[in-house]
Amino acid sequence: MLGIISNLITQTLGYSSTLLFGSTGEIITEKSGNLNLGTPGIMSLGGVFGVIGAYYYTTFVSNFNPLVSIIVTLLATIIGSLLTTLIYCFLTITLRANQNVTGLALTTFGVGLANFLGGIINNKAEGSSGVSAFPPIAMAYQTKLPFADNLGFIGKAFLSSGFMTYLAIIIAIITAIVIKRTRIGLNLRAVGENPATADAAGINVNRYKYVATCLGGVISGLGGLHLVMQYLSGGWNKSAVEQFGWLSVALVIFAVWRPLLSILGSVLFGALYVIPFSIPNLAPKNQQLLELLPYVVTIIVLAISSMRKKRETQPPESLGTTYFREER
Amino acid sequence: MNSSAAIELKNITKTFGSVIANKNVSLTVNKGEILSILGENGSGKTTLMNMISGIYYPDDGQIFIDGKEVVISSPRDAFDYKIGMIHQHFKLVDVFTATENIILGHEDKQNYNSKKATQKVKEICDMYGFEIDPTKKIYNMAVSEKQTVEIIKVLYRGADILILDEPTAVLTPQETEKLFNILRKMRDLGKAIIIITHKLNEVLELSDKVAVLRKGEYIGTVNTAETNESELTEMMVGKKISLNIERSVPVDPQDRLIVENIDCKNREGVKLLDNVSFTARSGEILGIAGIAGSGQRELLEAIAGLQHLETGKILYNNPKTGEVDDLKDKTPMQIRELGVRLSFVPEDRLGMGLVGNMDIAENMMLRSYRKGKSIFLERKSPRDLAEHIIEDLEVITPGVTTPVRRLSGGNIQKVLVGREISSAPTVLMAAYPVRGLDINSSYTIYNLLNGQKEKGVAVIFVGEDLDVLTELCDRIMVICGGKVTGIVDGRTTSKEEIGLLMTNSRGGENNEQK
Repeated sequence: MLGIISNLITQTLGYSSTLLFGSTGEIITEKSGNLNLGTPGIMSLGGVFGVIGAYYYTTFVSNFNPLVSIIVTLLATIIGSLLTTLIYCFLTITLRANQNVTGLALTTFGVGLANFLGGIINNKAEGSSGVSAFPPIAMAYQTKLPFADNLGFIGKAFLSSGFMTYLAIIIAIITAIVIKRTRIGLNLRAVGENPATADAAGINVNRYKYVATCLGGVISGLGGLHLVMQYLSGGWNKSAVEQFGWLSVALVIFAVWRPLLSILGSVLFGALYVIPFSIPNLAPKNQQLLELLPYVVTIIVLAISSMRKKRETQPPESLGTTYFREER
Repeated sequence: MNSSAAIELKNITKTFGSVIANKNVSLTVNKGEILSILGENGSGKTTLMNMISGIYYPDDGQIFIDGKEVVISSPRDAFDYKIGMIHQHFKLVDVFTATENIILGHEDKQNYNSKKATQKVKEICDMYGFEIDPTKKIYNMAVSEKQTVEIIKVLYRGADILILDEPTAVLTPQETEKLFNILRKMRDLGKAIIIITHKLNEVLELSDKVAVLRKGEYIGTVNTAETNESELTEMMVGKKISLNIERSVPVDPQDRLIVENIDCKNREGVKLLDNVSFTARSGEILGIAGIAGSGQRELLEAIAGLQHLETGKILYNNPKTGEVDDLKDKTPMQIRELGVRLSFVPEDRLGMGLVGNMDIAENMMLRSYRKGKSIFLERKSPRDLAEHIIEDLEVITPGVTTPVRRLSGGNIQKVLVGREISSAPTVLMAAYPVRGLDINSSYTIYNLLNGQKEKGVAVIFVGEDLDVLTELCDRIMVICGGKVTGIVDGRTTSKEEIGLLMTNSRGGENNEQK
């Protein structure tokens, strides 16, 4: 019994980390006043670039080194998601295009391009059942903490995940501290709340928006990579990442723009995602019904959070608007 | 005088597209001196100041600070030259505390330390006599507190040149007096202060010198001691105008609108209107005075059918049919058809009355589009009406097809008020119709309201300038925190009496003698 529970917890943490990467990235982005609905696309491309990195690493390097493989795939993901996010930044910040339209277009573009690139890799790699896979690299990502097995139940349940899970939590905590306690965070919040005020206070609004959005995009992209390595053995599966992208965006609202709450939220959403698969002998139609849970919870949370009218739980005031200094 | 020039502008020119906002403006402000900049709306005062504070960049001309030529290309540059601007629309982040707003963007070498910052804020407060809680959130603050935060913000950055854009527009007489004392103290400490204002009495009371702009051009600078109201007005407008409001005795006033015990709550359940009762009579101007946000907006919206009422009645005596209707049960459209007109000028002028991206004629159609006979819009009559208003009210615009957004504030307001009175109302409500307007336009609006009154319209006028309220209105109702604190006779009351009623429920804090 304990074994099942600890297994369930580990599974939950696995899915949670993808959501946590996604939502932490989106929180940083939204704190700068940019509503990046391109997150699902960025996460998809982040994931597929990891797969591309894995493919080239296994193809061109003969003696396998787990650490190097991790670095190569991480870098590939960072570059992929950064380039995608830069498209969004250039359009919305420099050219002041509408953020919603740009974001949605970027998701369509990102998911499509990711499936296209993933398809190429699948063709080239010709793994089992037409899907590429790079198990050694995936195994490297899933390596447990060295002391996990010695700590009994707690070790098995909470410390048996790959390093990405703990990275996600650490990034969320650091983000919370930076936003809340540092001057950079103060400036960032001011940019997202009221860019005209921030500008008049001498803050470089466009620079903050660019840096925050790019950083947010890269962190979200890591979520795509994590999912690929944890559950797809380093291969690409059509549109697996996209739904996590949308859940991440919803999670930001659930967490009322606070990274620490987003840790809790991602665990909850992860659990809701895992439970349908873990109940034995469940009829397929019931399982599909249960799979709806995360989305139902999202709708409920949206309803509740729109009713709360406390100022601190509201989105950044200028979220979704573009800023131009000389506008009259 | 041992004073030297703190800032000097030479031949500054700035254009927006084809509109010349400033043309060859030259100014000098000395240390330890208060300069007022006076000018009608659209005369380029704010644009000029925005160039000094780095928001806009001049097309031509030079700026000297302490005798050296400088280039100010961003707000940060302005700080480096110790220039601080207090904008008309406060530049504050609502969800931040006072301290967070004050230290925002200010890079002192030490780390972010809110305790130390709070300490420094307190020191500045003690030095100049500000009273403020540094940990209070901006959205919990009254307007005057927000302004104080703005002023502390520029002082915290060590500004030596302070620019205030219409600082008294939102203050009560008592608060204004307090602000002036602080400004005088700063002047005595050697700071150069530039203040933009429309109010002539304040110019004369406070400043050492007055610079006048007219339609973007620099007219001249005079010493305050050697001038008077009518001379300044003449410089500003270019012609002599009379500054008296004619108040006729109401002819045959009849009860038009009877408001009985209305209550109104916002979404959090806070009472915005608390047991408000009054009567508006035909042929009479009823003034409503109160600190901004005391429930004026909600009251007018309630009458216009835009607010949900908890309790109470709004009875309307229909002069055409003689029937009595309760407006509470009617939709805004039905209320409009009874002849109740709301010409609401919110803080954001375009917010409720006009659509910024539509031109003047199209904005006229917002009220008349239902009248068309065919399925296509009828454009001719709104166009005629627009041209009529442009001519009658001297609206400055390139043409009827210019989007309203491009007009200056005063002209936007003229369009809005013009449209509302064109439909022959029986009740005309005007909230802050002269906010931000220059003298000339203001008097045009006052005359319009007086004209409506003489036609037998019940006029409800929400104002902020107590001088005007006491000159224009037959009766003045004062509200404070959603409650009516008194209804006084406009002919016999005094500014001080109204000022005290305005701060009635605030306790002793604001009632101190000036």
